[in-house]
Amino acid sequence: MNSMISNLFSRYQLTHMLILALLLVVVLPLSMDIFRLNLVGKYLTYSFVAIGLVLCWGYGGILSLGQGVFFGLGGYCMAMFLKLEASTPEATAIQSTPGIPDFMDWNQLTELPWFWQPFHSFGFTLLAIIAVPAIFALIVAVAMFKRRVGGVYFAIITQAVAAILTILIIGQQGFTGGVNGITDLRTLHGWDIRTDSAKYVLYFVCVALLFGCLFAAKYVINSKLGRLLVAMREREDRVRFSGYDVSAFKIFIFCLAAVFSAIGGAMFTLQVGFMSPSFVGIVPSIEMVIFCAVGGRLSVLGAVYGALLVNFAKTTFSESFPELWLFAMGALFIGVVMAFPNGLAGVWSSQVEPRIKALFNKPGRTTPAATNSTSAPAATPAESFNPEEPSHARG
Amino acid sequence: MLEANKHIDQQDFVLSIEGLTVSFDGFKAVNDLSLYVEEQEIRVIIGPNGAGKTTVLDLICGRTKSTEGSIKFKGKELTRLNEHQIVHAGVGRKFQNPSIYEDLTVFENLELSYPRGRNVWGALTFKRDQAVISKVEEIAEMIFLGDKLDMNTDLLSHGQKQWLEIGMLLIQDPELLMLDEPVAGMSVAERQQTAALLQRITKDRSVLVIEHDMQFVADIADRVTVLHQGKVLSEGSMERVQNDPKVIEVYLGH
Repeated sequence: MNSMISNLFSRYQLTHMLILALLLVVVLPLSMDIFRLNLVGKYLTYSFVAIGLVLCWGYGGILSLGQGVFFGLGGYCMAMFLKLEASTPEATAIQSTPGIPDFMDWNQLTELPWFWQPFHSFGFTLLAIIAVPAIFALIVAVAMFKRRVGGVYFAIITQAVAAILTILIIGQQGFTGGVNGITDLRTLHGWDIRTDSAKYVLYFVCVALLFGCLFAAKYVINSKLGRLLVAMREREDRVRFSGYDVSAFKIFIFCLAAVFSAIGGAMFTLQVGFMSPSFVGIVPSIEMVIFCAVGGRLSVLGAVYGALLVNFAKTTFSESFPELWLFAMGALFIGVVMAFPNGLAGVWSSQVEPRIKALFNKPGRTTPAATNSTSAPAATPAESFNPEEPSHARG
Repeated sequence: MLEANKHIDQQDFVLSIEGLTVSFDGFKAVNDLSLYVEEQEIRVIIGPNGAGKTTVLDLICGRTKSTEGSIKFKGKELTRLNEHQIVHAGVGRKFQNPSIYEDLTVFENLELSYPRGRNVWGALTFKRDQAVISKVEEIAEMIFLGDKLDMNTDLLSHGQKQWLEIGMLLIQDPELLMLDEPVAGMSVAERQQTAALLQRITKDRSVLVIEHDMQFVADIADRVTVLHQGKVLSEGSMERVQNDPKVIEVYLGH
């Protein structure tokens, strides 16, 4: 297992993974109370989306402004299961139809709609969290990429999809809980998710899943598929005339990004205790792109830091200057795109890291050229990840 | 009759284009064109600007869909296939401007063109084994880039980029290689090297070249086809074509 990991990832990348793991598993839980830690957990759920965007946008060049759709689908699947568990006939005895979710009762529904039925089963729910967004992404991607719709047109269509889904959720409030979303979630298989101890457990589950997604993303980036994505971003025609079905690769990476987002959405529902359309629409979707851009769109770890930092800033800033926050967010995005096109990860590897290395003066690892010569062709995919390469700075 | 035609296709011609027409809003860029390429032949297509040369290559490789006519490659109809399926059938295409991946190294450029792991699962599980490495090294040596494998390709000269793209095609091992102005923008020395390279790589394949440089054409061509306004104006050896009064009038004369 160890040797397999070291084959896949250079020691350099593993060190960065370890630092993040140390921060999330040891430093933050020890230094924060559960309220703040729960907030971190919530921010981390956005970083699932940001990791997907690194693959899809940073590497594949497919800008999706509708990732909130998949975050929402995952979150709603989880929320439907929890809501059904919270709506036992005893707990809802005062309703005119006991045993169905409260918002359905308020909307004069008298029985559970058919598509809610399977969400009584936890196994089905787990499957649906992955499958529903994946199938939805597949439909969108096949419809678009087979027709070779790309670039700005694709981005606009994803926005439209996000808008449509939001309107649908709000409009069908008898089935979806409407603008309030699905609230008042209590237990998971009888285990109360609102207690402090449950929040600790959920935080660590969230971190574990995050690392699962990080490793999966790194695997994809370091595989030939990762290099193909870079090649497609640059010269789609050349890839096609090298015998690859470009649309199949785009469909795959878009679906993978959707699945990551959905896992984030499900963890959001568990940790925050509700799900609503305000996480599905255009604005949250664009915010998620900002997390990714700030962190660095060619770095999956950068995406995690980006999501954490922007959200910390959002919380702190909006507590003191609520009306200014959106302007600050817009300025941040413009500033990052203009000054640091590779985000925090780019700044780290081009500014901070050389200085740290110079400080410790480690020979052999001071320049990218040196790492290159020590690691022959077999390790070159590692470099295509590295955002410090000048060639990527243009991308 | 049909039977006999089929027989001819398989016997003599790698590529047979018959009655090919493509019309863009009524303008026929290629008009009822017929062209036959034999095995191991180097065929050069020349013609004035706008004669439809690049369009013919676009039609063969599937980038442009034909309005009428047929393109048969080893007896297989190409007009109904997608680009990547045409590549799988054994047709390789080099573009006019060097079309390489400048964010990747020379090695990675060649590796991506290696004909294995071409679907999603294959690309995810692709292993850089000895077969891949030695093939990449062999091709790199052939295209004069053996010592530049780890170099990022945006640092290559224009001529080297052209060679790299030719190398990316060679590693696919196509039976029909199509080159659109392979020596455009090259120095005299680079042209000679490229001509030698082409002579060497055509041993077991057919090549279709578009070129303006007449000296280069004379160096490499087995036969020359002159296109004019989407039609074949003249065809034959370089000498014959050069002396054809029709050709002199439209093209070589001025």
